[in-house]
Amino acid sequence: MSDTDHRMAPASTLGVFATLRRGTQVSPQLLDGLVITVLLAVVAAVGRVVVPIAVQQTVDTGILAPGGPQVERVVWLAAVATLVLLVGAVCSAYVNVRLFRSSEAGLLALRTRAFRHVHDLSVLTQNTERRGSLVSRVTSDVDTISLFVQWGGIMLLVSGLQIVVATVLMAFYSWQLTLLVWLCFVPLVVVLQPLQKRVNARYTAVRERYGAMLGAVSEAVVGAETIRAYGVADRTQRKIDASIGGTRRAMVRAQNLVATVFASGVLVANLVLAVVVVVGTHLGVTGEVTAGQLLAFLFLVQLFTGPVQMATEVLNELQNAIAGWRRVLGVIETPVTVVDPGADGVPSPRGPARVELVGVDFSYPDGPPVLQDVHLAVPAGSSVAVVGATGSGKTTIARLVARFMDPSAGTVLLDGADLRDVELATLRERVVLVPQEGFLFDGTLAQNMAYGLRDEGDDEARVREAVDALGLDTWVDELAAGLDTPVGQRGESLSAGERQLVALVRAHLASPDLLLLDEATSAVDPATEVRIARALASLTQGRSTLTIAHRLSTAEAADAVVVVEDGVVVEHGHHHDLVALDGIYAAMHRAWVSQTR
Amino acid sequence: MPATATQSRRPAALQGSPATRGVRLVGRALRAHPWVYTAAISISAVFGIATVAVSRVLGWATDEVVVPALDGDEAARDRIWLAGLIVVAVAVTLAVAVALRRVFAGLGFALLQEDHRLAVTRQYLRLPLAWHRRHPAGQLLSNAGADVEASTSVFNPLPFALGVLAMILVAAVQLFRTDVYLAIAALAALPLTLVANVVFQRHMSPAITRAQQLRAEVADVAHESFEAAVLVKSLGTEAREEERFTAKAAELAAANVRVGTVRAFFDPVIDLLPSIGTLAVLVVGTSRVLHGDIDTGDVVAAAYLLTLLAFPVRAFGWVLGEMPRALVGYGRVARVLDARADLPPGDRPWRPTASGARVELDGVTRTVATPQGDLDLVRDVHLDIAAGRTVAIVGSTGAGKTSLVGLVARLADPSAGAVRVDGLDLRDVVPADLSAHIAFVAQQAFVFEDTVRGNVALADPGDPGAASDDEVWDALRLARVDDVVSALPDGLDAPLGERGANLSGGQRQRLALARALVRRPKVLVLDDATSAVDPRIEQAILTGLRSAGGSPTVLLVAYRMSSVLLADEVVHVEGGRVVDRGTHDELLARDPGYRELATAYEQETERRRSEAADEDALEIEVAR
Repeated sequence: MSDTDHRMAPASTLGVFATLRRGTQVSPQLLDGLVITVLLAVVAAVGRVVVPIAVQQTVDTGILAPGGPQVERVVWLAAVATLVLLVGAVCSAYVNVRLFRSSEAGLLALRTRAFRHVHDLSVLTQNTERRGSLVSRVTSDVDTISLFVQWGGIMLLVSGLQIVVATVLMAFYSWQLTLLVWLCFVPLVVVLQPLQKRVNARYTAVRERYGAMLGAVSEAVVGAETIRAYGVADRTQRKIDASIGGTRRAMVRAQNLVATVFASGVLVANLVLAVVVVVGTHLGVTGEVTAGQLLAFLFLVQLFTGPVQMATEVLNELQNAIAGWRRVLGVIETPVTVVDPGADGVPSPRGPARVELVGVDFSYPDGPPVLQDVHLAVPAGSSVAVVGATGSGKTTIARLVARFMDPSAGTVLLDGADLRDVELATLRERVVLVPQEGFLFDGTLAQNMAYGLRDEGDDEARVREAVDALGLDTWVDELAAGLDTPVGQRGESLSAGERQLVALVRAHLASPDLLLLDEATSAVDPATEVRIARALASLTQGRSTLTIAHRLSTAEAADAVVVVEDGVVVEHGHHHDLVALDGIYAAMHRAWVSQTR
Repeated sequence: MPATATQSRRPAALQGSPATRGVRLVGRALRAHPWVYTAAISISAVFGIATVAVSRVLGWATDEVVVPALDGDEAARDRIWLAGLIVVAVAVTLAVAVALRRVFAGLGFALLQEDHRLAVTRQYLRLPLAWHRRHPAGQLLSNAGADVEASTSVFNPLPFALGVLAMILVAAVQLFRTDVYLAIAALAALPLTLVANVVFQRHMSPAITRAQQLRAEVADVAHESFEAAVLVKSLGTEAREEERFTAKAAELAAANVRVGTVRAFFDPVIDLLPSIGTLAVLVVGTSRVLHGDIDTGDVVAAAYLLTLLAFPVRAFGWVLGEMPRALVGYGRVARVLDARADLPPGDRPWRPTASGARVELDGVTRTVATPQGDLDLVRDVHLDIAAGRTVAIVGSTGAGKTSLVGLVARLADPSAGAVRVDGLDLRDVVPADLSAHIAFVAQQAFVFEDTVRGNVALADPGDPGAASDDEVWDALRLARVDDVVSALPDGLDAPLGERGANLSGGQRQRLALARALVRRPKVLVLDDATSAVDPRIEQAILTGLRSAGGSPTVLLVAYRMSSVLLADEVVHVEGGRVVDRGTHDELLARDPGYRELATAYEQETERRRSEAADEDALEIEVAR
């Protein structure tokens, strides 16, 4: 596995058009009813040019009419113009509403898809990005796109239409000058292209800094207790300040470049006026245009340059949206290294599970080998304990069996089938890992216990049943609000032992065929300790169990013990046999016996 | 930055009607960065003047150069290049003004966001834990992110709108000087803008409030869900998480559509008003020309002036359109800024000389408000612990042990009574002295995204008072985690990943212990912090502490008998009160509640004797 394979892409590398294409593929709702929206926008754009035309008509045929000012005609003109304006305004409002509807629907799809993809990625990939930064990818990055789609899309459309209308009108007066005006903008277009790339790079930097900033804030918020207890608020603040300052600097850099690009558009637009004055007058002198045509043309040029400036502005904003879009698409494009075969997977019917590791190697990306040629079997219905020092690779074994990641070489077999061929949904039903420290959501005890339940049903009753089955009813009854007791953020209102109990109830409700237990090392109060032991006994009853053991008592009670040292299985057998073998396990056992006497 | 300095004196929240609050919001920002905004606004004014100049120069060129030149005026023909150059000069001025206006407006915008973020995150670090428990992490992320953004949204178009205000005033005066009726016709639409804005504010404020709240909730669901990523995987609940997130995100989408719908009608109305004004000028103007009050040029000039004004007036529309969002966003930021830090810092220095400090709890009560009413976590506790003693706090789950020891580390202040070290009330002592001499280790060890050294020393090399590498290694050795660190490829420089993702629970706990030990504290508070540590090692740690640098006073919340037996004396706590205090044997003899607990402990020890050994025992043996 190469270094980049497992990492979350900081941003997609697609070009602008490819990003738009891919973006609209992910969110097809963005294009819903687009034809009607565009038609309405055309009407709205007409509403925008009606006033200059009305001014010109009033002056030429109303006020300067032969025979003096024609009030009646002007009133008529104004009335018609007002009507067109009103129709345009209504269309414009309707266009806005339609854009809001379709963009929010499209971006909802994008958000959800990116969110889901984060969970589908392997644990290794998830850990390459800070949580706060991940949050920014499904929140503020999407907001950037939504701002643009709702405002920029329509502006680009209206500006484009205005440019076309103005060009046609200008050509009507003088095709030579029209050509000239267009030629003047050619250098701008040429310069704009590479500049837009740099604008994009700077906006991308802003998005990344922003994500990093949220990562720093997230650490300060989650680690509030430690920060307070050690009085390291100042140091933490320095880290946060640096990330906030970095965000500000990135913003200023992006804005300054955008200001320059926009100003160059303004400059060209106004230089065009000078060119038209000079060249137009020369043309007039040679008799190519009349004075009236030239004056009308000068008026029309301004109808042309306005939308051109607006278009450069929209293109700048587009770069911002593209930067956000690329970051969200970057999540979606990050390959899922643990591939789900889906419904094509081999059938893996429920029942006592048998697990084998055959010649399994594993190394973390860029890391030394963690496991080497590991062979190990958990026969159906039996219990196996893995023991070894911290860093020996025993936790990795559990993660491989749960298929949080795939081995670098060799295979993990579940009832003879390669894990990679088993549908993940089935695997998660059959194999459940109980981690050392289970995560609790901010909610009630019952909600947390019922968390793993998939199918519809009476959660409350099932939780009750599970609590009774594991002999935890006395504990729950002791709590002030019973199952409705709130557990606080990350379960902080409960003790470590109580959090373990919740994890065990979850595992019981998930009712797996194979239980992977990463034994908790924490000592807890005696009452809870006894409860945990009892609950574990009834939980493992009749199930295949693979335990990452931290206590020799667990190893002693297991059907088989596997001793891992430096990623290699060094001893394997029943407790008594291993003690008799007088090897590493026997040494551990002696140390333990001497300690507890 | 003044935002943090002034916030203690003046509430951040704005008072008054929406209009008043809007003016105040703007006023505060301008005062916070006077130079940036002076520059931005005056350059905007230059821009306004240059815009008018373009039309003036064009008018002059038409009348004095183009038309005469076409009529055959030789002198005018010679002036063609001059006319071109003047237009170029104005164009350059205009472009430079546009660039600078945007640079300064952007600078102000970025600085304001930075100010808010610095102030908000300072509050996060200052506010007590009780406040943090009430506010989910995702919400706080949203306050520092999306809400700050919303609160400054109005400041991007603001300098433009204010800068061209002069231009609008000049134009209005010019209109009135030309003809009163013409001016009235042109400006009649203005009051309508106000009416439209009032209606807009009324509909927009609730819609925006809801949208920003949902934004925070979406961030919260995402944050919690990503923190729970491993659990989600192990139980295969991806679909359930997706559903939970989609439901919240769909609510946000609906709220955004609602906001958009209100905005969708407001913007065209604001755009419409100057156009209507122009048409009114044409009608009224023609009639005035007919009566001979003004001439054609005046009407054309007035109409053209209004066309010019349409864009700046639109800038005002943007400011007004963003104002509800800015006020709501700022309101959410202000709630954080105005949250009261109920742990005001003291100012008396504490320079302990002995290796341990005397700890006194004098009639201490700690009451918290719950939905069910006030609850005493700690009630009328009197304790006097001599310097250098080790005291075990024992009690059943929920007895108030954690709350009690938290008071000694000043994680909270007592509601009544006082906590004193060496005779000084904790509330009077300089916070830096408290954290330098009192170390608190929580049950759940938090690991920073930093190196091993950074996590233990909690300082950067070269910081004043930063622990040396030798001291860090000593602490790691004492906490029995040095072998783990030596095995890491970069040793002390090894990065630990966010939340210490690469460490086991036990390793995290020992790292947190090293963090406490490296400071050579005078008071060491261990809130069940050694639960994952082998009893022998726990003992070795405490004895090591004494031989290394005298004997700190130790408060130890413990569940294990072996830990309890390490203490000089035992305090039995139930229901927030001290039930009894004495040596283990004394309590065993006279305190039936303690006897019951101890029996449970004994049984547990028995059970363990026949069953348990600890990870660490295995490791050390294996390592040999």
